[in-house]
Amino acid sequence: MSPATATHTKSFEEWESVIGLEVHAQLLTRSKIFCGCPTAFGAPPNTQVCPVCLGLPGALPALNRGAVEMAIKAGKAFGCQITERSIWARKNYFYPDLPKGYQISQYELPICKGGSVPVPQPDGSVRKVGLTRIHLEEDAGKNVHGENGSQVDLNRSGVPLIEIVGEPELRGAEEASEYLKALRLALLYLGINDGNLEEGSFRCDANVSVRRKGTSKLGTRVELKNINSFRFVRQAIEYEIERQIGVYERGEKVAQETRLFDNASGETRPMRSKEEANDYRYFPEPDLPPLIVSREWVEKVTVPKLPHERMAELVAAGVPAADARTITAEPRLVELHARIVEAAGRDSAKRAANVVTGEVARLLNEGAVDLASPRFDAAQIAEVFKLQDAGTLSSTAAKDVLAELLRTGKPPAQTVQEKGLSQVSDESALEAVVDAVIARSPSEVAKYKSGKKNLLGFFVGQAMKELKGKGNPGVLNALFKKRLD
Amino acid sequence: MSPSTLPLGALSHALERGEAQPSRILDECLARIAKLDGKVHAFLRLTESEARSAARAADDRRARKAPLSPLDGVPIGLKDLFCQEGVETTAGSRILQGYVPPYDATVVRKLREAGAVLVGKLNMDEFAMGSSTENSAYGPTRNPWDLERTPGGSSGGSAAATVARFVSGALGTDTGGSIRQPAALVGCVGLKPTYGRVSRYGVVAFASSLDQVGPFAQDVRGVALLLRAIAGHDANDQTSSLRTVPDYDASLEKPVRGLTVGVPEEYFGEGLDAEVETSVRAGIDALKREGCAVKEISLPNSPHAIATYYLVATAEASSNLARYDGIRYGYRAAARGSLLDLYEQTRAAGFGAEVKRRILLGTYALSAGYYDAYYLRAQKVRALIRRDFDDAFAAGVDAVVSPTSPWPAFRLGEKVDDPLAMYLNDIYTVPVNLAGLPGISVPSGFTKSGLPIGLQLIGKPFEEESLLRLARGAERALALPQRLPPLVTK
Repeated sequence: MSPATATHTKSFEEWESVIGLEVHAQLLTRSKIFCGCPTAFGAPPNTQVCPVCLGLPGALPALNRGAVEMAIKAGKAFGCQITERSIWARKNYFYPDLPKGYQISQYELPICKGGSVPVPQPDGSVRKVGLTRIHLEEDAGKNVHGENGSQVDLNRSGVPLIEIVGEPELRGAEEASEYLKALRLALLYLGINDGNLEEGSFRCDANVSVRRKGTSKLGTRVELKNINSFRFVRQAIEYEIERQIGVYERGEKVAQETRLFDNASGETRPMRSKEEANDYRYFPEPDLPPLIVSREWVEKVTVPKLPHERMAELVAAGVPAADARTITAEPRLVELHARIVEAAGRDSAKRAANVVTGEVARLLNEGAVDLASPRFDAAQIAEVFKLQDAGTLSSTAAKDVLAELLRTGKPPAQTVQEKGLSQVSDESALEAVVDAVIARSPSEVAKYKSGKKNLLGFFVGQAMKELKGKGNPGVLNALFKKRLD
Repeated sequence: MSPSTLPLGALSHALERGEAQPSRILDECLARIAKLDGKVHAFLRLTESEARSAARAADDRRARKAPLSPLDGVPIGLKDLFCQEGVETTAGSRILQGYVPPYDATVVRKLREAGAVLVGKLNMDEFAMGSSTENSAYGPTRNPWDLERTPGGSSGGSAAATVARFVSGALGTDTGGSIRQPAALVGCVGLKPTYGRVSRYGVVAFASSLDQVGPFAQDVRGVALLLRAIAGHDANDQTSSLRTVPDYDASLEKPVRGLTVGVPEEYFGEGLDAEVETSVRAGIDALKREGCAVKEISLPNSPHAIATYYLVATAEASSNLARYDGIRYGYRAAARGSLLDLYEQTRAAGFGAEVKRRILLGTYALSAGYYDAYYLRAQKVRALIRRDFDDAFAAGVDAVVSPTSPWPAFRLGEKVDDPLAMYLNDIYTVPVNLAGLPGISVPSGFTKSGLPIGLQLIGKPFEEESLLRLARGAERALALPQRLPPLVTK
């Protein structure tokens, strides 16, 4: 499998890799970037098309401002400079899935320049990985190869994309993977991409080179394509790093080329050389005026908090770091947590985190809860907290009520009543039981009074038995103490 | 004169007064086409039955004195690059043979809404590349004044059909002179509006930053009526202007006294046919008689226009024509082998020589390492050409006047093997496209041998209103008799 032989591995420490990732993220607009066709995934081939996205003679692009807004959102979130006047460009090449023979993209003047992606580190710190640019473009269609030859599906043609070009600041496959995960999650938080690598709505190309440690000159860059899962990102980059080190150590030169990652073999293989590379003949798109993004427009675009900011907030509110990580890894959990805290009060953060990482996570795993369209709302969870605080529910009973709520949406009060889960906290109702237990346990009472204070648990247990578990243990404790001390 | 030979503007009045009936006019036009188009070859195809039912509907509206517009019931022809739903549209190319668009171009929709009777699709140079219609894959159109000669191009079919009275008016497109030059060569009025005045949606593209749709008619009023019908913003074409469309007809007869026309020295230099110069200068004198001031001016960068144009236009064309790859529609070579073979053989057989020449030129101009020297520099010169006009306008010139074409209609075959000589047809018209300005060609007379000559007026951006007024002033002052080509009167 590995191209590096044992002799190479020995000298691995002498090398470092330099990696920059280019990510294509489909934007979650309802309609395409230059026409009104829907963007939904999975429709029968060529049913979401019109003269514009089919590239019929005479058709012209008309910009969807929703796509621009999402690009602005990404630019603001990553601290990019938003270009006031950016230019559309045509990228020319022939391919059956590209109906116009060119892709409308941005070239010399992209909508966003600079900025960085915050990547949370295991030690709790945040590393900022630089961005070169973010630009808007349209997606191509898809070639479908089958037994009856190749066919073209143009449903995807014209779906809006942003290409997020990272600086070559990453060292090694692990860093690349961490960056990619952080970027994906950030886009999910922004609500502009669904983060789906398998369906191709979040795609990654990697530029990989290696150099001897201590040198600053970059090695020859190889572009890797067709990497469609996080596992493959690591595999492809690791393979490529080893391959390039092997090439150099044999005294040969790494060729500047594009290589395709083969999921099955875990290897990369040549796709086209520099000589075969397309000359895309970029030039300004004459069918679209320059894209003007006013300062007012930029200011109006709201940016939700990013994962690392949420993480810091949760930890500051007393949520254990491990729980905070679990919650922030899933935007819907963050949202749910925030709504519970909103309903139950600021000091409930830790408790809400317990529910979200405990009961909610468990039921999510079982598939019993769907956070996309939940049957419950956060205020009802807060209600359970209140019942517990008022002594109406024991902690065990509270869990039952919560589980029922999450699964079915049944109001907590109703569950308490139907299952008879409410606790008896009323002293007058408990006094009789306390007295009865004391009366029938003279020897234990004597021992207690002589100093065996841990018998208190015994008395409370007896009373609980009598009350079929519905007595409030706190109140019972206090009553026994009052009688016996 | 039978109503079907009236100039469009006059016909519209006749229809309004109930002196003409749309169906009758159409019948006469169709009869004339049947009799003469075998010789002229203006039409690539007729949409006869649709035209007849449109004319009948117009009869009814006209009878009720409830016309949709002054164009209601007027027979109109379309250059074969306007997409018309359900009607084959080839752009004069073999590669689009059999292609039937599923939608109407915006201007086609607007003409229908105005009640115009769409008679058929007119011949043109392939993808509007040419100045003689000899580059049509379907054979050349002939000039109704002399069948051995060209009607000009690329909108030669539109011009020839108008002057042969096959239709009362037609639409064409003008990228470097493709409306004005044929209008001059057949003796009718042809207008290229300001870039952005008319929607390009549904118009097969040649060079997107230069292409503009415009009308042909025998009189200035006809052109004004057609422009009003097709102009205006279109959400489907983001290069179309938001400016409101004035009623050009309403101000047409206003005097031109006090307006200043500029006569650029660079447009009267070497290569200009003497008879053409004499006729154009007579036209300028006519404008003087109407009360215009005449001012000598200079547009020093205009001589660079042809070189600039053949970089910008070919670059854009090389990209615009990439979609004709045989994959989705139109002609596909019966290639066996790789995808590349399919592309190469389809395009080799589907495109004509001039189109291939321009795709190669444009591809070269955009190539890595050449872009700055060619495309980028051309764009800079283009800005200078525009600045010359701006300077002239700022110095008090309301419109620039020049010949439309350096010579009258030439013989078919005369320039076809000499691309550079052919390109010089557009020497006076191309700067107008590069500058994005409106330009109009108006008949100024005939040569001794009876060939029409045209005069060009170039206006300020979006000032078609005063440009048409000046054109009308020239038309009025010259008072040329409405002559019919002998072919038509026979």
